[in-house]
Amino acid sequence: MTTRTIEISVGILVALGLAALFMLAMQVSNLTEYRNGDGYTVSAYFGNIGGLKVRAPVTVSGVRVGRVSAIRYDPERYQARVEMTISALHDYLPADTQASIYTAGLLGEQYIALEPGGEDEVLVDGSEIYFTQSAIVLEQVIGRIVTNMATQ
Amino acid sequence: MTRAARCADARTQNQKRRAPVIEPQVHNHAPVRQDTLVEIRDLHFSRRGRPIFRGLNASIPRGSITALMGPSGTGKTTLLKLIGGQLRPDRGQILVDGVDIHRLGRADLYRMRRRMGMLFQTGALLTDLSVFENVAFPVRENAVLPEGVLRTLVLMKLEAVGLRGARDLMPSELSGGMARRVALARAIALDPMMIMYDEPFTGLDPITMGVIVALIKRLNDTLGLTSILVSHDVQEAASIADRLYLISDGLVVDSGSPADMERTESQWAQQFMKGLPDGPVPFHYPAPDYLSDLMGAAQKEGA
Amino acid sequence: MLGSLASLGRWALGVFERLGRGHLFLLNILMSLHVVVTRPRLVIRELYSVGVLSLLIIAVSGLFVGMVLGYQLYITLVRFGAEEVLGSAVALSLVRELGPVVTALLFAGRAGSALSAEIGLMKTTEQLSGMEMMAVDPIKRVIVPRFVAAFISLPLLAAIFSAVAIMGGYFIGVGLLGVDSGSFWSQMQANVDFYEDVMNGIIKSLVFGFVAAWIAVFEGYDAVPTSEGVSRATTRTVVHTALAVLALDFILTGLMFGDI
Repeated sequence: MTTRTIEISVGILVALGLAALFMLAMQVSNLTEYRNGDGYTVSAYFGNIGGLKVRAPVTVSGVRVGRVSAIRYDPERYQARVEMTISALHDYLPADTQASIYTAGLLGEQYIALEPGGEDEVLVDGSEIYFTQSAIVLEQVIGRIVTNMATQ
Repeated sequence: MTRAARCADARTQNQKRRAPVIEPQVHNHAPVRQDTLVEIRDLHFSRRGRPIFRGLNASIPRGSITALMGPSGTGKTTLLKLIGGQLRPDRGQILVDGVDIHRLGRADLYRMRRRMGMLFQTGALLTDLSVFENVAFPVRENAVLPEGVLRTLVLMKLEAVGLRGARDLMPSELSGGMARRVALARAIALDPMMIMYDEPFTGLDPITMGVIVALIKRLNDTLGLTSILVSHDVQEAASIADRLYLISDGLVVDSGSPADMERTESQWAQQFMKGLPDGPVPFHYPAPDYLSDLMGAAQKEGA
Repeated sequence: MLGSLASLGRWALGVFERLGRGHLFLLNILMSLHVVVTRPRLVIRELYSVGVLSLLIIAVSGLFVGMVLGYQLYITLVRFGAEEVLGSAVALSLVRELGPVVTALLFAGRAGSALSAEIGLMKTTEQLSGMEMMAVDPIKRVIVPRFVAAFISLPLLAAIFSAVAIMGGYFIGVGLLGVDSGSFWSQMQANVDFYEDVMNGIIKSLVFGFVAAWIAVFEGYDAVPTSEGVSRATTRTVVHTALAVLALDFILTGLMFGDI
C-alpha cells in the first residue's frame, strides 16, 4: 500500500463524509429554509391551540411561508400566544389576515393556515394577527353534534 | 525517656534514614571520575511491594564491556530500564555520564536517550516497517536529514551488522538472529556513547550466537562504545566482558574480571559460574518438610 | 463476609486506579496534540486504517438498517393512513439516534478493537518501550495519531451511515411500498430541523468519537503485555465503548431533546 493510495482513499473518505453531511443539511433537514433570512415575526392569540407544536408549518393557501417559533400561555388574556416566523419573501400579507389552526389529515400534525384579508397595510415584524380561529377539538365537535341531535 | 529526648532521637533516626539520599546530592557536584560512564549508587527498587533491588552499587567504566549476570528473575531487564530512565528507583541514584538520569526533565531525558542505544531481548523491531525503515526510524524521528545522507547512514549501519542485503525485508521475514542484528544496527543508528544489551544470546543457535558475540565485541572496540550486557549465559558473557557483576537477591554478590570470577571464593558465584544444580541456590522452592507434607496429605485423606 | 468486603474494596480501588490512569493518559494525549499539526502524515495513515477500512461495513450496515427501518415504520404508519410521514420518521430516528449510536457500536467492533490490539501488541513486543529508548515519545508517535484519526473518523462515518440509511429507507418506502416520493422528501424536510436534529446528531457523534477513541487507545496502552492481556484489552474496548456510548446517548438525549 503506497502512501499515495492511502492519501487518496483518505481523501475519498473525507469527501464522502462531507457529502453525507451536506445531504443531511440540504436534502433531509430544513436548512434551506434558514437561508432566506430570519424573516419577520408576528404573533396571534388563540383560545385553544390543540396539538400545535413549535416548528409547525405556517401556510397560505397550502403553500408554506413560515413556521411557528414560540408558544406560550398569556396569563393576562387567558389565551395561548403563538409567535410565528414568516419568511421575508412573503411581506405582502394584509394586516387583517386571519390565522386558523387546522389539522393535516385526520391524525396528522397541526399547522397554521393564513387567509389574507383586504387591508392595504401589511403585517410587519412584531405585528399581531387579530382574527384567529382556534383548533377544532374533536370532543367538542362530537359533543355539539350530540346536543344538536338531542334538541332535534 | 523525656519528650525532648525522644524528639531528638527521632530526628537523628530521620537523618539516618535520609542520609543515603542526601549524600549523593553532594557528590553530584563533585566531578565524577572520567573513566566511569554509568554509576549506580545504593539503588532500591520494588515492584508491587516486592523488593527487586536493595542497595545495589555498580560502576561501569567507559569503553568497556560490562556484563550484569544473575539467575532469571533477578530484575536484570529492570536494571536496564532504570538506567534508561524508563523506571524510577525508590531510592538511590544512577549517574550516566555524570548526570543523575532520574533528575532530568523530559526534554533532557530524551536528549540523553539519544546517546544510549538499547537492544531488546525480542529485538522490538517495528513490525509495520521494513528493515531499512527500522534502522532509519530513530534518525528520521530525531533529526531532519536529506534522503541521500540518510540512505548512506542506514546502509553503513546495516553493513556493520552484515545485513545490507536484507534492507527490503519485513521484520516478519527475519530469523531471530537476523532480527537481533537489525535491532543492533538500529541501536547504533544515532551513534550512541553506550549500548545496553538485554539478553542478547537467548534463543540463538551456536553460529548466530557466535556472530552476535563477535559483533558486540567488534562494535564496542571500533565505535568506542561502552557496552552493558545483561545475560545469564555465563560462557558467552565471560568470553567478551571486561568485568562481570553477579547480581542476586537485589544485591551485587560478586564482581571482577572473568578470570577473577573463575577463582572466586564465593560459593554462590561458583555455583552460578559453573552451572551447578544445587548449592547456595537451592534446587527446591521453599516448602515444608517433604515427609510430613506427604503424611499430612495421607492423614487428610484418611479423615 | 469480611473477605467479600475486602475484595469489594480491592475491586473499587482497582476501578479508581484505572479511572485515574485513564484520565492522566488522556491529559498526556491532549498535551501532545500538537503532533497533528507538525506531522499530519501520521494522522492520515491512521485515518486510512481506522476510517477508510471501516467505510464498507458502515455503509452496508447503514443500507440495511435504513431498509429495515423503512419496512417497520411503514407497517406501523400505514395502519393510521399516515405513510406519507415515513420519510420524516426514518430521517428523524436516524439523524438523532441510530446514526451516531449504531456507527459508534460498529466502530468499536471494527476499528476500536483493532486499535487496542495493535497498541497492545506493540507494547507486548516492546516496540513502545523500544521507541522510548530511541528518544521517540510513543504517545506522540503512536497514540496521538490514532486517537485523532478515530476522533475524526467517527462523525464522518456517522454522517455516511445516516445518509446511506435514508437512501435505504427511500428505496424500500418509495421504490417497493409505493409511498409518494414528493411527500417522502417534503415531510422529511418539514420535520427535520437542521439545528435541533442534524446538529445534535453531529454533536453526539463527536462525543462518541472522543470516547471511543480514548477507550481504544487507553485499553491498548494499558494492556497487560501478554497475549492474554491483549485479548482481554480488545474485549474490554468493545464492551466499555458500547456501555459508554449507550449511557452517554441517554444523557445527551435528555439534555438535547428533553424540553420537547
